[in-house]
Amino acid sequence: MSPELLVKFSLIVLLLPLISFVTLIFLGKRLSRQGDWLGTSVLFICLAISFFIMYQKLTVFDEPISLSFKWVDFGNVPLLGFLQMYLGLVIDNLSAIMMVVVCIVSALVHLFSIGYMKGDVRYTRYFAYLGLFTFSMLVIVLTNNFFTMYVGWELVGISSYLLIGHWYEKKSASDAAIKAFVVNRIGDIGMFTGILILYYTFRTFGFNEIFSAIQSGHIPMGSESWLTAAGILIFCGAIGKSAQFPLHVWLPDAMEGPTPVSALIHAATMVAAGVYLVARTFPMMTASALIVIAYVGAITAFISATIAIAQNDIKKVLAYSTISQLGYMVMGLGVGAYTAGFFHLTTHAMFKAGLFLGSGSVIYAMHKALHHQGDHHTDAQDIRNMGGLGKKMPITFFAFLMYTLAISGVPFTSGFLSKDEVLAGTLAFGGLTGHYLIPIVGFLVAGLTAFYMFRLVIITFLGDPVDANRIEHIHESPKTMTIPLIIFAVLSFFVFFSFNPFGASSGWFYHAIERPISVVPETVRATEIEKFEEALHHSHIPAMALSLIVAGIGILLAFVTYKWKKINADTLAEKYSGLYKFLLNKWYFDELYSAVIVGGTLAVTRILRWFDNNIIDGIVNGTAGWTKGIVFGYTDHSKEQKASATALLIIGGIVSVVAAIFVGQWFYGQHALISAIVMGLLTAGLTFFFFWAGAGGFDQRVVDGLVNGMAYFSGFFGILLRKTQTGRVQSYIIFVILGVMVLFYVFR
Amino acid sequence: MSFLGFGILSWATFLPIIGMVLVLLLPKENKSAIRWSAAFFTALQVILAGIIYINFNRGMSGINTQEGFQFVEKATWIDIKSVAWFGRIHIDYFMGIDGLSVLMVILTAIISFIAVFASWGIVKSIKGYFALLLLLDTGMMGVFVSLDFFLFYVFWEIMLLPMYFLIGVWGGPRREYAAIKFFLYTLFGSVLILLAMLALYFSVSVIDPATGEKFHTFNMLAMMNPNNFDPGSILSGLNTSWRYLAFIGLFIGFAIKVPIFPFHTWLPDAHVEAPTAISVILAGVLLKMGTYGLLRVSFPMFPDATLYYQIPLAILGFINIVYGALVAMAQTDFKKLIAYSSISHMGVVVLGMAALNTQGLTGAVFQMFNHGTITAMLFLIVGVIYDRAHTRGLNDFGGLMNQMPKYSGVMVIAFFAALGLPGLSGFISEAFSFLGAFQSFKAITIASTLGIVLTAAYMLWTLQRVFLGTLPDKWKSLPDINGRELFTLVPLAIIVIFLGIYPSPAIDLMTSAVNTLVNVVNQNGGMTLP
Repeated sequence: MSPELLVKFSLIVLLLPLISFVTLIFLGKRLSRQGDWLGTSVLFICLAISFFIMYQKLTVFDEPISLSFKWVDFGNVPLLGFLQMYLGLVIDNLSAIMMVVVCIVSALVHLFSIGYMKGDVRYTRYFAYLGLFTFSMLVIVLTNNFFTMYVGWELVGISSYLLIGHWYEKKSASDAAIKAFVVNRIGDIGMFTGILILYYTFRTFGFNEIFSAIQSGHIPMGSESWLTAAGILIFCGAIGKSAQFPLHVWLPDAMEGPTPVSALIHAATMVAAGVYLVARTFPMMTASALIVIAYVGAITAFISATIAIAQNDIKKVLAYSTISQLGYMVMGLGVGAYTAGFFHLTTHAMFKAGLFLGSGSVIYAMHKALHHQGDHHTDAQDIRNMGGLGKKMPITFFAFLMYTLAISGVPFTSGFLSKDEVLAGTLAFGGLTGHYLIPIVGFLVAGLTAFYMFRLVIITFLGDPVDANRIEHIHESPKTMTIPLIIFAVLSFFVFFSFNPFGASSGWFYHAIERPISVVPETVRATEIEKFEEALHHSHIPAMALSLIVAGIGILLAFVTYKWKKINADTLAEKYSGLYKFLLNKWYFDELYSAVIVGGTLAVTRILRWFDNNIIDGIVNGTAGWTKGIVFGYTDHSKEQKASATALLIIGGIVSVVAAIFVGQWFYGQHALISAIVMGLLTAGLTFFFFWAGAGGFDQRVVDGLVNGMAYFSGFFGILLRKTQTGRVQSYIIFVILGVMVLFYVFR
Repeated sequence: MSFLGFGILSWATFLPIIGMVLVLLLPKENKSAIRWSAAFFTALQVILAGIIYINFNRGMSGINTQEGFQFVEKATWIDIKSVAWFGRIHIDYFMGIDGLSVLMVILTAIISFIAVFASWGIVKSIKGYFALLLLLDTGMMGVFVSLDFFLFYVFWEIMLLPMYFLIGVWGGPRREYAAIKFFLYTLFGSVLILLAMLALYFSVSVIDPATGEKFHTFNMLAMMNPNNFDPGSILSGLNTSWRYLAFIGLFIGFAIKVPIFPFHTWLPDAHVEAPTAISVILAGVLLKMGTYGLLRVSFPMFPDATLYYQIPLAILGFINIVYGALVAMAQTDFKKLIAYSSISHMGVVVLGMAALNTQGLTGAVFQMFNHGTITAMLFLIVGVIYDRAHTRGLNDFGGLMNQMPKYSGVMVIAFFAALGLPGLSGFISEAFSFLGAFQSFKAITIASTLGIVLTAAYMLWTLQRVFLGTLPDKWKSLPDINGRELFTLVPLAIIVIFLGIYPSPAIDLMTSAVNTLVNVVNQNGGMTLP
């Protein structure tokens, strides 16, 4: 197996979903089963190949393998010499692992969707869009340069838009789709500006080229602040896509999309792209940029964890939990716990995709039961309408429980391994830099996560059924749905990542992913790896102990409150109703943004429309009226005045023609008489049109009046008018041709 | 490359005139013969454009040397000796194309061809309509191939009249107002161009190789050579007030066509009133004549003034982008919204041009082409729905996605291309324009990226209001797009997708010309590159 061949295999993985997309869009409805098998089997093939690539990369090849091709040639550019734009892809450990993550989740979501989306109005298009999304996501994963990164970035954005708006008949769905795309674009222009800075400095988009240039001391505008700015601007893309504060508002709304989509895009892969971006660009991040990243992650993790506590919609809880966990990953990368951050991305992808698919299975069952009852008002996603589902849906329940244990950081799960590493990283970072707020937030959020996740599990699956009749009609979902659930549950065990349940660092993952060496100038470099590793070593045991304690407290509190009812949640909510409402309403971010940003923009657009219609166009029309006023000396238009205006025009026209002829003859001599006539006619025509202008813009009635008046002229100028018949067009054309012929004859 | 003694560019330019004559000779009852002959001649033009594309030498520089141009045709057109005051009047029939114009030639051919099919539904005096359409085609093509300023100006004016009648006779309810506004605005600009052209004429002289006599010339290439300016003439020297004045005159003339803020108000009116095919031509080709004029005339002839006004030009580009997008967002008329989006997108061209470097200019020229195809699609899309529903109110619709699925499919491509989605051509030209602009102006470019968000917002909002949601009962019987309409849209969609993935076939055409232009402007402008 040569490296070239391996990279070509990744090209196959990349392009297969795109082929599936194109095929399904054009032929999908003609295929049997509307082509669901095509999309699904393509993804399983991709999964197999990508697994093979990862295995090869991790075991055989040490160096990254890349494949580039010339995309655009700018030729011999002044001062820069020959300039080309290369695009391409790279297989390194990071992209190989991420590719497998994307393919696993995507393949299983495809499989799950066969059951979940059965009978959907746009079944085939749904699978097509899944293919488009997978392709776009793989572009992000495999790219070796910022340009294609941005391309993939936008393409996942649009696939997300299409899938959130899958049920676009609902206004809320299409609103959510627009919100997702536009909010993401706000982050994207930050990223785009960052790319502009980098390209301006380095004349290349390639990650490696840029990093090695920085390493050799070439930095944007020769200033370290610009380098920091470039890093933060690139990170803006991650703020949008990974739903970090302050652009996190789109993700909860994105739950309007079908639930498997939420699992694939809005939990496991696309939203993790931001984290992936930070991991990719980690070497060029200065210490200041990393601190910004760490704090953004911490703030996000905290805000969304508090919101998740008060939500009642099963998908909303999971959405805020996702935001919170993404904040965790970003925070992990920000503090320098590079491997831990990316590790958490990987483990989280498995159990969060599982959680969403599990919720999908629940919602599916609820829908069926409600449908059976003829109930169209009860919200199938509200956990207060559930209860006791565990007994009726054992597979879903146990799988869901497994994911919950993982996300809460209970030992022997993958989540425990990764979360612990992130927390140890924050603790080490706090000790080294004095930013203790970050580990404090980290542990607090760990406790909150355990609490709200168990709240969800208890209310949904345990306890007494809310409606005895409904519970009778709840059934376990079909196999296409439960098999993915089981696989994800299995993948949430520690053993796939490390054989030591209490130490991720002995596992394969930690050998494969190592924190890259920073390329930024030493003065602005974050804590060196060796120093950080040492601090990490010391903080490992305290972090583990602490995280176990907070998770235990969180779980305990959830049982006390919701299972054993020792604490009454409702009374508590009433007692602190201000706080409760604040959390229930998501800190009022939506209200704030829609009032200030959306409202502000719309107000500006209306003001500018008025300005355009009344001021700018007003000046134009005013000038016209003013000209007319000078020429005709009146502004009020009666029939007689129009007639006299017409008369004036006739006289003015004739005078200017005659004058032009005389002047022309004087200057050009006899020889050019005809040309003078032509020019005279032209002059007269111009004058005439200027006069016409005088009334032209003024108002429609005047224009019409003058146009009708102009009808008298039509014979003379051969001008075609509103009420003109076909013959006039011909005479006009013939006139023009004759004129041209005369010109040619004269000047021959 | 010639046929019957005329070069390919002459054929491409005057074929529509032959078509026009034929159309005029046909009996007016024979509507389908009229339509098909118009289609035939524009199709021939497309074939010629294809031949030009295939034979175009990508290595030749163009811009300021006749040797750099291709398919050159040069003959004396008017030569009168010893005219009082003027001396010898010498005007050449001088045509040729280079990397700046070749894409415009191709675009003109394609858009004209598509416009003929978009005009199939015209009922009112179709003979006159198609005759004028073909005349317009000649005017547009002529502008892009002329290398003699006088010839350029003649075509520029020829284009004006048919456009005026096409809007004023076949337009909507307020067509006279829109037509006269268009006409006066453009005429006002033309007068300024005319003045600048005459000033150039009287400042530039060349030596007749045969007789050794010095005479004034309208040859554009001669006007680009600083050595040809007579000492003491009105435009001699560099950075003089007269030169700035002449530049501003030319700029206003061209800016009106683009249109650049604040000369843009004719555009929404003209678009709203014009029939679909005319809107397509207007947005697809006519607007480009403005930016093309700036690149062909203003930049190389006044490099000093270009550098002097570089920042104001970029600011105007920024205003166009953001202002156009914001005003577009407030519109409730579908067509008016697209018209304002056009202003916004042309702002990208202006910004890229103002950068005066390779990426910026490449982006600008490519954006001219892409805007031509994408906006043509958008106006065709508006036309389809207007033909069926007889309204364009954005709030009157909803849910068309289900009612007209094929139509919606094409629409999605056009909308996404307009909002700059990667994989579609608009993205690449916008990205290049911004890349280039950032190298020259940081703050203005960063401010302009706001347009990226705003465009996404109003495009998706429009899409939602018209195509998503539930279908009002009154539109339950709207038929889906028919074969002819699909035929006008699909070729454009293919171009948009193909160039979005692989832009090199278009970019390779222009690189040497663009690099030469950058050199000419920066060196002749008396400044060294940064």
